[in-house]
Amino acid sequence: MKRRQLLAGTALALGLASGFGTVALADDPLRVGFVYIGPVGDQGWTFIHDQARQEAEAHFDGRIETTYVESVPYGADAERVMTQMALSGTDMIFATTFGYGPDVNAVAARFPNVAFEHATGYLQEEPNVSLYNARFYEGRAVIGHIAGRMTETNTIGYIASFPIPEVVMGINSAFLHARAVNPDVNFRVVWVYSWFDPAQEAAAAEALIEQGVDVLMQHTDSTAAIRIAQERGVLAFGQAADMSAAAPDVHLTAIINQWAPYYIERIQARLDGTWEARNTWYGIGDGMVGIAPLHERLPDDVRAEAEGMIAAISAGEYHPFTGPINRQDGSPWLAEGEIAPDGDLLGMRFFVEGMTGDVPN
Amino acid sequence: MMDLSSINPVVLVAALMVAATPILLAAIGELVVEKAGVLNLGVEGMMITGAVTGFAFAVTSGNPYLGMVAAATGGALLALIFALLTQYLMANQVATGLALTLFGLGFSALLGQGYSGVSPPRTPRLDFGWLAEIPVLGPIVFRHDPLVYVSIIIVAAVWWFLRYSRAGRILRAVGENHDAAHALGYRVRMVRVAAIAFGGACAGLGGAYLSLIRVPQWTEGMTAGAGWIALALVVFASWRPWRALLGAYLFGGIVTLQLTLQAAGWRIPVEYLAMAPYLVTIVVLVVISSGRARRTLAAPGSLGRPFHAAG
Repeated sequence: MKRRQLLAGTALALGLASGFGTVALADDPLRVGFVYIGPVGDQGWTFIHDQARQEAEAHFDGRIETTYVESVPYGADAERVMTQMALSGTDMIFATTFGYGPDVNAVAARFPNVAFEHATGYLQEEPNVSLYNARFYEGRAVIGHIAGRMTETNTIGYIASFPIPEVVMGINSAFLHARAVNPDVNFRVVWVYSWFDPAQEAAAAEALIEQGVDVLMQHTDSTAAIRIAQERGVLAFGQAADMSAAAPDVHLTAIINQWAPYYIERIQARLDGTWEARNTWYGIGDGMVGIAPLHERLPDDVRAEAEGMIAAISAGEYHPFTGPINRQDGSPWLAEGEIAPDGDLLGMRFFVEGMTGDVPN
Repeated sequence: MMDLSSINPVVLVAALMVAATPILLAAIGELVVEKAGVLNLGVEGMMITGAVTGFAFAVTSGNPYLGMVAAATGGALLALIFALLTQYLMANQVATGLALTLFGLGFSALLGQGYSGVSPPRTPRLDFGWLAEIPVLGPIVFRHDPLVYVSIIIVAAVWWFLRYSRAGRILRAVGENHDAAHALGYRVRMVRVAAIAFGGACAGLGGAYLSLIRVPQWTEGMTAGAGWIALALVVFASWRPWRALLGAYLFGGIVTLQLTLQAAGWRIPVEYLAMAPYLVTIVVLVVISSGRARRTLAAPGSLGRPFHAAG
């Protein structure tokens, strides 16, 4: 509490919070807008953001009013949607995909009294732009470990969206932890260049399975790939949400994005007039990254190892990127015992040693 | 790493036919619509509506074929809204088509509530017995689900209809010059309404192929732009049925090949291959909206023009 007051004081002193102090006094509910990249029914990334929105609305019980616009491509469309939101009296906007970065900052510059929260981005050019992200790579370490233990063909398939640091980081984390328990393991990465395209994701899953993959991971938003895994009897992991309904027999676990506590905290700050721009990166320990229940088909020892890793990461005793780790070309990245600086992770555009294939430009 | 042997060309060809079928179905329907002189940009909306109605009926009845019939009906009903607006109320075809897409996307999301995470009944592959065991030919020709064959039969039927049947010639006359067709006593509006309904039914069937066979599940927005690719395909095919089939398989081929090469660990410039179909789509959609290019491409003469019976 004290730190928050201090931060608020500092912000006021800097003159950044000039427009934020008055909201709590007004009778009107605070208006909060959400901009989504996919449809709210994608059962993955956007679905789980929208669940958090609903939780926040229920939590504040009438003190806030939320709206959302779904399937907004980044670029001109996102800018138009956010401008429209700001013009119609929205006090706070959550922009929930990496690609909205330039659009968020452009609109934020024109509406200094609107608080912007941008998920998984890195551009913070305006004082009213806050960034928030989850340390998904912590979850990737856990599923990488499980995959390395469960694969029989030693070939793990990975359906990737775009070659951005977020995705590259996830592949590296999963690969390092699969290799740690299974030195023969190889990753096959397929880039589909979309966050949400069920037909393409399904086709990628089939292409990977044809190549002898027996464990499938994804960094795309729909349940199409895991559904194919279920049909073909290949093990898989859910992404962003618990996807076990789509693949009850093969869904080993899932990395779950838990945004609601953060949304509630930030909206509360905006209501109190203490909101100010931050750069948040929370992991399993902070509750932003969750791990879905482990499937009963996992052997006891694998289950115990996974739970041990979750506990160690959660307690801050283990960082998934702890040296020695070399880059793909063999050059050293982290020395023995060295922990990856956040900056390195957020700008990661290289594979680690042992990975095959290139990161596309 | 560059191991060609891990890629089975037979599996690849079979997979590209599956990848191509939804857009082929939607494109062959739109081809007939455009041959009748109507530009319906609502293909995406009709596809997604077909995807959800087909899914809902298949799940409720437990019969995938009933779902497919429902999908075609759903797509046709949505298309009839377009027909009513453009043929009787003289609304602008381009604007109405775009509105149809937006409406279809929203409407399908509404209908689909409660169907996410549900498994549809399986659509069995057709059983050709010993034919399916023929090396190479068997897996490519004789091991598909029924809709793959239906799509090819529809292409053949459309080709025959447009080329050899009297009704097909009337439809083409209506599309080439609606005033002349009207003067000859043909019922321009009725022909067009029928064509639009057929286009909607095909698009709906294409959508159901995605939700019942390709992906098998219902997800909001699952067509993800397939309708736009189908629209571009019609122009790419210069309004000829067999070329539409070729174009669809070419598109399916690019998609399947690049995914397979990636999965096999090849180093290919994926970013360009993944973009290619969409770039071609954009170029083609720009071309279709320019009058001169339309003439050189042999587009139907009355394409997209409103028809007033008084003329």
